[in-house]
Amino acid sequence: MFGFSKAQQFAFLTMLALIVICPFVLYPVFLMRVLCMAIFACAFNLMIGYVGLLSFGHAAFFGMGSYIAAWTMKFWHVDAAVAIVLGGATGAVLGLCLGYLAIRRSGIYFAMITLALAQMVYFFCVEAPFTGGEDGIQQVPRGQLFGIVPLNNDMAMYWLVAAVFLGSFLLIHRIIHSPFGQVLKAIRENEPRATSLGYRTDDYKLIAFVLSTTLAGVAGGTKALVFGIATLTDVHYSTSGEVVLTTLLGGLGTVFGPVMGAVLVTTMENYLAQFGQWVTVTQGAIFVICVLAFRRGVIGELGGALRLAL
Amino acid sequence: MIMIFGIPGPLLFGQLLLGLINGAFYAMLSMGLAIIFGMLNIINFAHGALFMMGAFASWMLLQYAGIGYFPSLILAPLIIGVFGVILERTIISRLYHLDHLYGLLLTFGLALVIQGLFRNYYGSSGLPYRIPDVLQGATDVGFMFLPNYRAWVVVAAVVVCVATWAIIEKTPLGATLRAATENAPLVQAFGVNVPRVITLTYGGGVALAAFAGVLAAPIYSVNPNMGDNFINTVFAVVVIGGMGSIMGSIVTGFALGVIEGLTKVFYPQASATVVFLVMVIVLLTLPHGLFGRRA
Repeated sequence: MFGFSKAQQFAFLTMLALIVICPFVLYPVFLMRVLCMAIFACAFNLMIGYVGLLSFGHAAFFGMGSYIAAWTMKFWHVDAAVAIVLGGATGAVLGLCLGYLAIRRSGIYFAMITLALAQMVYFFCVEAPFTGGEDGIQQVPRGQLFGIVPLNNDMAMYWLVAAVFLGSFLLIHRIIHSPFGQVLKAIRENEPRATSLGYRTDDYKLIAFVLSTTLAGVAGGTKALVFGIATLTDVHYSTSGEVVLTTLLGGLGTVFGPVMGAVLVTTMENYLAQFGQWVTVTQGAIFVICVLAFRRGVIGELGGALRLAL
Repeated sequence: MIMIFGIPGPLLFGQLLLGLINGAFYAMLSMGLAIIFGMLNIINFAHGALFMMGAFASWMLLQYAGIGYFPSLILAPLIIGVFGVILERTIISRLYHLDHLYGLLLTFGLALVIQGLFRNYYGSSGLPYRIPDVLQGATDVGFMFLPNYRAWVVVAAVVVCVATWAIIEKTPLGATLRAATENAPLVQAFGVNVPRVITLTYGGGVALAAFAGVLAAPIYSVNPNMGDNFINTVFAVVVIGGMGSIMGSIVTGFALGVIEGLTKVFYPQASATVVFLVMVIVLLTLPHGLFGRRA
């Protein structure tokens, strides 16, 4: 099914079952936050896990997607689906521009360039009038889906978010297992060799980057819809750091790692929110522990222990 | 009043001075990053946090021990330098056999922990640090009033930058360092204790950041986010200059500070983004940076 291995099929069906059961047991808004983060982390994982490039600026795409979706919902009263698609389109266009610059370097420089470019986007958002500055865009209506399904009901909204998540998840899986994905992996393993085989590696990297930023924009747009708000926090580099942490904790380059990371990080933030700055300290400590003790992340280590690729 | 390009002279020179001061911090921080990267192959994401710790160290020395500005200009970098050495020995040294990216992730985590802890105990509002009496006031230099402390910061930064450059480029110690950057196993074969050189390099780079922090304390209020505001711009400076040369990072740092200052005069809205725009132009024309070497 969808090119999953047996173990992955089992994991996927478990995830599917949890997505269906959880909203009847847990608070749907919390679950939607987890799913938005999961889309974002899966998009980020496409770059770090399969192209081997660490982007430290994914907040720019997430945040701009969120702003555009919120703005079009609030002032143009577009359909919810259109708003999410516009969020993705924003991520794609911005990703094409910034990616074109960033893929000129690799390794550490790629990380620094994406960080700096994202910072530029952040400063732009601070100055630009349409973002509402420090206030952000608030009280965004959820509107309707396809003009018929009102989304004010949390459950209706939840099914939409779950559908967007599953769509993104399967799309990424499809990309990774396509011939295109194989070339990406070849570039990650040995770029000069891929070049010598006649692949225009820069083009492949740019396309992968744009796919990743498109989905980051979708994640941002969906988030704006769920919470009815788009703020400077979404474009701030701490959000970039958060998605790196989520993916690292779950497992870089694993299929289910980013989802697991999203569950863990969001839950942690939920419980630590009342302790103020301890969230930052804990996030930092998790970074340090992950890098020192388990670089493969929760799912990576689990897969390693079971000798399975999850 | 003198007018230059339709801008009143004092305003122009005032912003130029502010630009030079920011440039001084960019230069000191990006030089530290370049030195550490050369030896450890790690981008020290915690550099901003350590810069902030330098400022806090001088504030604490004054607050709790009554030690004034000038002694803490030496003491604070020493204390934070020792802290850096401990960090390197206990945590960072475990990563040398791994991909460089893990060093970046690790030091990012360290920065979050340090900043979070300081925000917890000292809040985000900032603590004042008085300019020492000797450097109070301003001098009339003909075309503008020059605040003494700001002039001192620029002079001190230039001296420290040039001294660091001289140590690395002109002394036997620096020669060992450069050799170890180029080919560590060979230098080790000659009997140099390379791991110790690496540790001391990290300590030195961190001390430079802390020194910049002490200089910054009276200008910007001492607060846990002060490193945050600088470090992202400093990364852009490093990309523009390339990390290949010490002099390169010094020149790039000062130049970008001045460009930023001038932008504040002519088109204030873009002043926060101009450094990043310069980075975009450099990436389009010289992808390896102005002073960078092809890897």
